[in-house]
Amino acid sequence: MEKFERHQGAVAPLDRANVDTDLIIPKQFLKSIKRTGFGVNLFDELRYLDEGYPGQDASQRPLNPDFVLNQARYRDASILLARRNFGCGSSREHAPWALEDFGFRVIIAPSFADIFYNNAFKNGLLLISLDEDIVDQLFSDVEANEGYSLDVDLANQRITKPDGEVLTFEIDAFRKHCLLNGLDDIGITLQDEAAIRDFEARHRQARPWLFRQAQ
Amino acid sequence: MAGQTLYDKLWSQHLVKERDDGTALIYIDRQLLHEVTSPQAFEGLRLAGRRPWRLDANLATPDHNVPTTLKERAEGNTGIKDPVSLIQVQTLDDNCESFGIEEFRINDARQGIVHVVGPEQGATLPGMTVVCGDSHTATHGAFAALAHGIGTSEVEHVLATQCLLAQKMKNMQVRVEGRLGAGVTAKDIVLAIIGRIGTAGGTGYAIEFAGSAIRDLSMEGRMTVCNMAIEAGARVGLIGVDDTTIEYLAERPFAPQGELWDAAVAEWRNLVSDDGAEFDKVVTLDAAEIEPQVSWGTSPEMVTNVSGEVPDPASAEDDTVKHSYTRALEYMGLSPNQKITDIKLDKVFIGSCTNSRIEDLREAARVARGKKVADNIKLAMVVPGSGLVKRQAEAEGLDKVFKEAGFEWREPGCSMCLAMNADKLGPGEHCASTSNRNFEGRQGYGGRTHLVSPAMAAAAAIAGHFVDVRQFAANDDTQVQEA
Ligand code: SF4
Repeated sequence: MEKFERHQGAVAPLDRANVDTDLIIPKQFLKSIKRTGFGVNLFDELRYLDEGYPGQDASQRPLNPDFVLNQARYRDASILLARRNFGCGSSREHAPWALEDFGFRVIIAPSFADIFYNNAFKNGLLLISLDEDIVDQLFSDVEANEGYSLDVDLANQRITKPDGEVLTFEIDAFRKHCLLNGLDDIGITLQDEAAIRDFEARHRQARPWLFRQAQ
Repeated sequence: MAGQTLYDKLWSQHLVKERDDGTALIYIDRQLLHEVTSPQAFEGLRLAGRRPWRLDANLATPDHNVPTTLKERAEGNTGIKDPVSLIQVQTLDDNCESFGIEEFRINDARQGIVHVVGPEQGATLPGMTVVCGDSHTATHGAFAALAHGIGTSEVEHVLATQCLLAQKMKNMQVRVEGRLGAGVTAKDIVLAIIGRIGTAGGTGYAIEFAGSAIRDLSMEGRMTVCNMAIEAGARVGLIGVDDTTIEYLAERPFAPQGELWDAAVAEWRNLVSDDGAEFDKVVTLDAAEIEPQVSWGTSPEMVTNVSGEVPDPASAEDDTVKHSYTRALEYMGLSPNQKITDIKLDKVFIGSCTNSRIEDLREAARVARGKKVADNIKLAMVVPGSGLVKRQAEAEGLDKVFKEAGFEWREPGCSMCLAMNADKLGPGEHCASTSNRNFEGRQGYGGRTHLVSPAMAAAAAIAGHFVDVRQFAANDDTQVQEA
């Protein structure tokens, strides 16, 4: 997992509450053998005017001009501003995979669904919950200023606005530690690499037949 | 100090580190890989720029998606008609090749269902920890190996770290004492156990199967029993080491040789529960009372004696049971109190990681020899568990027995166990199946699965409905004498 220390990026506003994982990535795209490549189908039903299916050439599909991510000013956004209960619905890990693959690193919303929250951190996304009125203010700021961007500093738990105003946010210590150091479950286990190597050497000596190849 | 159970011994031999939160890192000796649950794990490794920790701990083979007709198989991967299946199999090939993991490919004689291949190669050894992205990994416990089914993210975790994050289970012992009647097999033992303790009876436990009836089983029979530990709710099933275990493993390709073999055997002898070891729960069954079993419902615990009847939901002990019985009977198209032997069949499937080994095929062939599949059976198929099982069966002439009786003789794979390839049931069709799950739609949309032993499946194919294989064999003897 990539380390997350500080991120500066453009913000896109998705003004809709209860965005569920089916909306983030519809079920027909779950058959893939990959964890990548879901970005073109992120928010598929909102983003395109036709029905999506796996293997389509997305560049030929009719775009919904009203959808926020299709507007030129938000195309390069890497911070998503969202509404309450973002990520509800099924447990599919494809949802954070799709958001990440599209290029998002940070999502700011008043609240997130539990499982999605977990899955997102496992995949290197930083989710920030801010009070509803602060989020409201951000929505107006973003809409009023083209090219609006934020500077997110995880180590100090601070968000700096273009005008210099600073917002602070909460995050649990363990998740922060994992993100700052780029640790996923595997990363955490690998912190015990020495203990594993040590065990393996003793195990190999005691039971060498477990380490043999076919003859 | 009280003695240790086999599970406790295996656990402590692999414990790398205990964490404060109650989880532990345990070292994994063997990972078996197949095409369905590994692609995202390999991709995860690649994205994170990681390498497998220990290549030689892994062994791969495609099984779930492979076609089983000779014609398609002759074309190798290109014979796989479903594009999604094809991509999965090709992806496994590519991943194994690029990472350097040993794989038995689609037309390698050693290819087969992972849980048949591992033991057959001696890649599963006593005292190992074995994992695979498949819940029937418990099969390998028949060799006193601590074997877990795991998910895709855990497959990646094991590839990268050679460890699994696990929590210690409780110990359960299921003792089956006495002698099985003629015509009663390992499959009937395990179905009877599930009927007794239920599909959640083993949840949270590692089940050790013990007692004289278990000791009397061949390794194939023991694998059948451990295979279905998961249907009793337990992720782990175990059987202690004895002469049968050791004889089975001698000379297997991955098994140690010479002095190393002797040293290994000396240690393997300790892989039994100590006298006086304490179990959190003990269940005892009398082998002599076990009859051939047939499942009538949509959960493996909905099972009864072949001489029995479909239960009447009205007599269920509570409303939840009543409701699930009613729903099951409706799905299965059966009526309350219907005799099991009156259930008419449309298809017969002999195969799967539960019952596709050489002993299973011999057992079925013994019943089918010189007989004909009944006219109402649209398809009766025998799918060996691996290329080597197939070869052995052909050397013994079993393929001829089956073909002459009207069975199709197929190429190895999971096949109609889960119907991911072209082998499946049509809506409403009843199937006598030697597999392990009878969930709704498991063998095809609307399909109705009845779990039985290979002998019972063969007898049912010939009769066109369920019959008690014990009477079936008796009739057969008389006919032979009369002739
Ligand atoms: S035979 Fe069936 S249960 Fe066994 S591994 Fe294959 S699909 Fe799973």
